[in-house]
Amino acid sequence: MTDRAAILQMESVVVRYGRLTAVDRLSLVVGDGETLGLVGESGCGKTSLAKALVGLTPIDRGRILLDGADTSRGDATKRGWLSQRIQLLFQDPVASLSPRLSVRRLLQEPLRIRHALTPQTWQEVRQLVVDLGLSESLLQLYPHQLSGGQARRVSLVRALAMRPRIIVADEPTAGLDLSVQGELLNLLAQLQRRLGLTYVVVSHNLNVIGRITDRVAVMYLGQIVEVGTTRRIFDRPAHHYTAGLIAANPVLDRARRRKRTVLQGELPSPHDPPPGCRFHTRCPAVQERCRLEEPALRPDAAGHQVACHFPLDGG
Amino acid sequence: MAAPLLSIRGLEVRYATERGPARVLRSVDIDIPENAVVGVVGESGSGKSTLALTLMDLLPGNAQQSAASLLFEGVELSSLPRSQRRRLRGTRMAMVFQDPMSSLHPLFAIGTQMVDIQRTKHPELSSRDLRQRAAAMLTRVGVPDAAARMSRYPHEFSGGMRQRVMIAMALLVQPKLLIADEPTTALDATIEAQIVELLRDVRSDIRGSIILISHSLGLVADLCDHVVVMYAGEVVETGAVDDVFGAPQHPYTRALLDCEIDPWAAVEKGAALPRIPGAPPDLVEMPAGCVFAPRCPQRHERCGVAPALKSLDGNRTVACWLR
Repeated sequence: MTDRAAILQMESVVVRYGRLTAVDRLSLVVGDGETLGLVGESGCGKTSLAKALVGLTPIDRGRILLDGADTSRGDATKRGWLSQRIQLLFQDPVASLSPRLSVRRLLQEPLRIRHALTPQTWQEVRQLVVDLGLSESLLQLYPHQLSGGQARRVSLVRALAMRPRIIVADEPTAGLDLSVQGELLNLLAQLQRRLGLTYVVVSHNLNVIGRITDRVAVMYLGQIVEVGTTRRIFDRPAHHYTAGLIAANPVLDRARRRKRTVLQGELPSPHDPPPGCRFHTRCPAVQERCRLEEPALRPDAAGHQVACHFPLDGG
Repeated sequence: MAAPLLSIRGLEVRYATERGPARVLRSVDIDIPENAVVGVVGESGSGKSTLALTLMDLLPGNAQQSAASLLFEGVELSSLPRSQRRRLRGTRMAMVFQDPMSSLHPLFAIGTQMVDIQRTKHPELSSRDLRQRAAAMLTRVGVPDAAARMSRYPHEFSGGMRQRVMIAMALLVQPKLLIADEPTTALDATIEAQIVELLRDVRSDIRGSIILISHSLGLVADLCDHVVVMYAGEVVETGAVDDVFGAPQHPYTRALLDCEIDPWAAVEKGAALPRIPGAPPDLVEMPAGCVFAPRCPQRHERCGVAPALKSLDGNRTVACWLR
């Protein structure tokens, strides 16, 4: 559990696409001002969950509470309510910007949505442009004329112009070279300190997740299998999938590499998840019970949550 | 010291662009020893993929290439007629690409493609024999139910299984040189680890050398004996992986290694992450002097003149005035 006040609560959330269940009865709490990492392999539902959080994908069952308000009821369903509180940074920044609008129009759009385009608010947004290291001459340009790094910053200014409290970042460093990813991550950290933002970071880059998050949630086939502090997850993972995922991460340190175990098999189809524990087809510690009974996500005395009948390290 | 399997000297590649020629590789010298795994690391625009395409003779039409020498198994490739050079592909050299979907033919069953690739190398074998060899190799690389899957098409395989098929195809021709260009970049973490295990495992089957092209320092540290560090079209440092990653001599190698995040490192929350300020140079309008100088923390007057790659102790080379 987090010791911060909850800003975002997911309660038994289900996201379906036709007969495919992408997110299955998922519950998770995000604390105000924290950075939560969401990790897992393709098809685990992490992007579906990210989209559900910002209202881009409807949820089938369960509910999402933002600041205690159910996002599918009352005022929260009004246009602009959600987008003024939570914003998504897309994985492909160039594709997420309309090619027909200049940067100036792209940055004014969020203010128009808030009915707040005044000389003063526009000046604030221009200040953000400068703060994020962009030149004001960029306002004349169109998305295809921007570099990847510039497009990423423009998307960030756009998201911040809505004055959200939460930013969901989908693979924020994807496609960035090692020598420049630090610049973006430092910028996100500065903005968090200055604006008190809460981040949900979706990424397959475990090095980045290990460095910038306070807590990590690990997903497998639409469900969370483990949630805990980043240090605990990296130092003493309790779920066999988490351990395999962390061991698979190529690292420079030779000593750490030697003791690695490689998970066998591939992700089963999310159309037809295995019965019992969904991970049992690949688990190195599988027992009879795992094939029959689905383990619930349970906290230990320290609040570390794991969904496994036979966790590592005594749980 | 034994003669290297492949010796590259003075390799230059330019791409014609609207603004003029982009010099994507400049005076590249690399030796690939026999029976070695050599990693080529660099960021976008470093020229590492162009290097692979040059060796395989697969450069696009707008590329112009020249080399003082490209010596492979004692044969000078740069003076070889096109037809003979092409025959090296699929016999003495093979390549595994990042995206197997775009290098497998979508309309032919996997088995057909695996048989066809062996025909140049083994004209004496019957189709039946070739099919048997292919099925055995699929089993070898960990494709379950290989005999039945021979009649399947590429889209019916997962990404990890397609990459296993590509590796099986490369192994079938027993190349002296296998080039793997970002072979695990498109794969999920646990599948990537499986393919890394497979590459390590088949290494002894190859009886040749492997060039692994990657942006991942961890992957290169994991799989390779030697490493070539490239920056903006030039080789800046080479040597044994442990030497180069353990005690980097070029300021770029050092700065890049600093940028690699260790998720276990005890750091204050909010401590700034290392980065290399600035951006790589424009390959169309290259500045004079050392290619890394504009971003180098140790730049000084001599860097206005480009340093040559020099040998440090016979086993490693570096292109920097400070060494």
